[in-house]
Amino acid sequence: MSIVTVQLGQCGNQIGHEVFSALCSDILGTHGLCSTKENESYQDSCKERFFCQEESGVPVARAVLVDMEPKVISQTLSMAARSGHWRYNSHSHFCQKQGSGNNWANGYSVHGPRHKEAIMNLVQKEAEKCDRLGGFFTIMSMAGGTGSGLGAFVTQCLRDAFPASFILNHVVWPYGTGEVIVQNYNSVLTLSHLYHSSDALLVHENDVIHKICAQLMNIKQISFRDVNQVIAHQLGSVFQPTHTAGGGSGYSRNPLGDLMETLVPHPEFRMLGLRNIPQMPENSLPYSAFSWPGLIKHLRQMLIANAHMEEGIDWQVRPPHPGSSIPSTGKPLHFNTSIANLLILRGKDVHSVDLGSFQDPSLYTSWLNPQDAFNAWKTPRAFNKYEKSAALVSNSQFLLKPLDSIVGKAWNMFASKAYLHQYTKFGIQEEDFLDCFTTLEQVISSYTNL
Amino acid sequence: MTQSVVVQVGQCGNQVGCRFWDLALREHAAVNKKGMYDEALSSFFRNVDTRSGDNGPDIYKGKICTLKARALLIDMEEGVVNEILQGPLRDVFDSKQLITDVSGSGNNWAVGHKIYGCQYRENIVEKLRKTAEHCDCLQCFFIIHSMGGGTGSGLGTFVLNLLEEEFPEVYRFVTSVYPSGEDDVITSPYNSVLAMKELNEHADCVLPIENESLFQIVNKIHQMINSGKLGSTVKQNSLVTSNAGSAKTLQVKPFDAMNNIVANLLLNLTCSARFEGSLNMDLNEISMNLVPFPRLHYLVSSLTPLYTLADVNVPSRRLDQMFSDAFSRDHQLIQADPKHSLYLACALLVRGNVQVSDLRRNIERLKPSLHFVSWNQEGWKTGLCSVPPVGHSHSLLALANNTCVKPTFIELKDRFMKLYKKKAHLHHYLQIDGMEQSCFSEAICSLSDLIEEYNELDATKGGPRIDPSRLKIAI
Repeated sequence: MSIVTVQLGQCGNQIGHEVFSALCSDILGTHGLCSTKENESYQDSCKERFFCQEESGVPVARAVLVDMEPKVISQTLSMAARSGHWRYNSHSHFCQKQGSGNNWANGYSVHGPRHKEAIMNLVQKEAEKCDRLGGFFTIMSMAGGTGSGLGAFVTQCLRDAFPASFILNHVVWPYGTGEVIVQNYNSVLTLSHLYHSSDALLVHENDVIHKICAQLMNIKQISFRDVNQVIAHQLGSVFQPTHTAGGGSGYSRNPLGDLMETLVPHPEFRMLGLRNIPQMPENSLPYSAFSWPGLIKHLRQMLIANAHMEEGIDWQVRPPHPGSSIPSTGKPLHFNTSIANLLILRGKDVHSVDLGSFQDPSLYTSWLNPQDAFNAWKTPRAFNKYEKSAALVSNSQFLLKPLDSIVGKAWNMFASKAYLHQYTKFGIQEEDFLDCFTTLEQVISSYTNL
Repeated sequence: MTQSVVVQVGQCGNQVGCRFWDLALREHAAVNKKGMYDEALSSFFRNVDTRSGDNGPDIYKGKICTLKARALLIDMEEGVVNEILQGPLRDVFDSKQLITDVSGSGNNWAVGHKIYGCQYRENIVEKLRKTAEHCDCLQCFFIIHSMGGGTGSGLGTFVLNLLEEEFPEVYRFVTSVYPSGEDDVITSPYNSVLAMKELNEHADCVLPIENESLFQIVNKIHQMINSGKLGSTVKQNSLVTSNAGSAKTLQVKPFDAMNNIVANLLLNLTCSARFEGSLNMDLNEISMNLVPFPRLHYLVSSLTPLYTLADVNVPSRRLDQMFSDAFSRDHQLIQADPKHSLYLACALLVRGNVQVSDLRRNIERLKPSLHFVSWNQEGWKTGLCSVPPVGHSHSLLALANNTCVKPTFIELKDRFMKLYKKKAHLHHYLQIDGMEQSCFSEAICSLSDLIEEYNELDATKGGPRIDPSRLKIAI
């Protein structure tokens, strides 16, 4: 099944480009460490999922590029074409002349309706090129105006036009110390709207990725390109083909559907966090050796202690003692309760990995059987030169604190009525804000009381 | 890509404007090596085929033929505009873009606003329409004027009104030069306060400039060059006050150095709209992020570095120095000290070889020493543009919505009241058709209200932080 990617705004387009680059360089690489047959199967599956094969040879990404001003899209298109290994369809983009001005209301209420037809036509064309449509993957930031506002509108349109398809929104959360002054307003508006039309939100926080770049990747002068490449690596480690548990011998045909099924049992809980191990500079890879038990142990502790990377994990945090009848409020502080977890393992000796520690019922809420709450996808084919790598997609309290922080700051600003005139002039009123705050407070409350 | 139009009004406006066009051409020449007319150029320039005369058609793609500024030059005296038209920039301006008269406004806001406004209204509207028609997507009008005189102040604010009426969707950014205390125009307080009311009501953003600050910056650079220590290693074309390498290198007029600073301000403000970068900051984003309440739209600006030394290898310590300087009082373009006042919002637009980690590191470093209003503790808007200004490897423009503008306004009010109490020179204004005492009382009221809004915000500074309680959800 194929996935159509919709890249929205500057962030969405910059990341989208890195994602396709990473996917392409992975399948073209000789680091697979598996049989030729396995490798070919992997390549074919990836190509079917993300690329359209054209007679001229160079794979064409199944993507629609949307932005309200032209500079980023034109850069993105030309960078892809220059790579020689893949490209975008030269017609699959939509842009205007003047951006959204970091104004969510402008993106949602003005640009959305105005350009709905043109954008949806492009999406329809891409969807029709797929033999079987597996769903949509949108990439956007929630701090600006286009990715956030127009992104929320487009997600709604996708839901209306393709009611049976899966929609996964990749949302980038801005630096806490500010990239855009009205980022908290834009974030609240975006998240609450996406909650109503999307199937799941897969989140990356700039602060977290920045730390990974600084501490794990040893990059001195970190650029947005560096940040985006780490994000692309993490996304690739989730979306490259794998065998699902009961999926038979071939690669999984329905990645988005499988993801939703395993991770989103209840519509109130849609926020997914992502952790990846190991992460290191490419030139350190030949000197490093990993063992699965070590990787799994670290990843499990990262889950429990809500750590963002394999360094600086708090090993003191433990799940509550099994068997003791502790009400949910008695859970030890800082312990990250999960609803469902998905582990994706790639590389050497995957079949021998012991995952019992992730099936420990004390990690989870009591609603699902631990067998249902935890799933693992595997492939012996190594990813992106890492001999062994594991990704954890988690529906847990990972994002509770950052979400609470964003809502708190937005509320603080809202109470003073600052900047509201900028939104009301495009049709977003105070009542609309209040609705959004209510939705998110509900989400926060739900996740807090796990 | 969008276009912007510059409307330069009065003597000061036109002198600054002239410097702007000169430096804009220099900047584009440094970047555009192939001589092809591109989107970046189209932001401020049309590409015209003048072989068939000045009325030639616009060429949207291909080689550069003749570049024409998207500008309107207005002055009620002929001297300055004539000089421009006889100088090396004469071909940049279309003869149809000029509106001049002979006798000037006599340093009288009322003459500029009421008499000339009325007289030239149709003419101005027609010429504005023409310029707008040449634009594919007009985003912003930049007005450049001074506040203390008659034409720039009076007619300039009349044009501001007109722009709001005729082009309500287009942003209006005003660069206003405020008079200093020793201004030799006695009536400058009247003119400035009357103009302020218009700026309060009709501008989207105002960038106030004070000559004293420009003068101090020029002096600082002179001292640094003449001290002999660093003089020989400074790159001449990097000076924020210089136009070395541009068309007009020969004739250097007294205010040129100061005006170049303002020109550079406008170039840096618009760079991200014209050139690419990893985090673009367009003009509509500046307005969106820096104006929390409609009337509080006065932005204090600072440019760093003021010059570049010739050595290319820049340790990050020097980069950090650039950020520190942006917040120091002697880099601000008005007499103000933002560090000791209250920030409502702050924008940092970085150009050149600077990455997001440099930006974040410096924000973290400087934040503790700055005071932000309680509801905007992380009030930073950031932009990264890849193309540095001429002569630099990197530069920074800081725009602050900060209560430090208040002293400037209070002083203005005081100077106004000194004259107004004695009714000095009032008759020169009241005898103009359309002017009444109420114009004055409304204007001073408007200014007082604005000062009061800043006072209220200042009162919250340093006070206990009480976050409003959040919505409670029933479980």
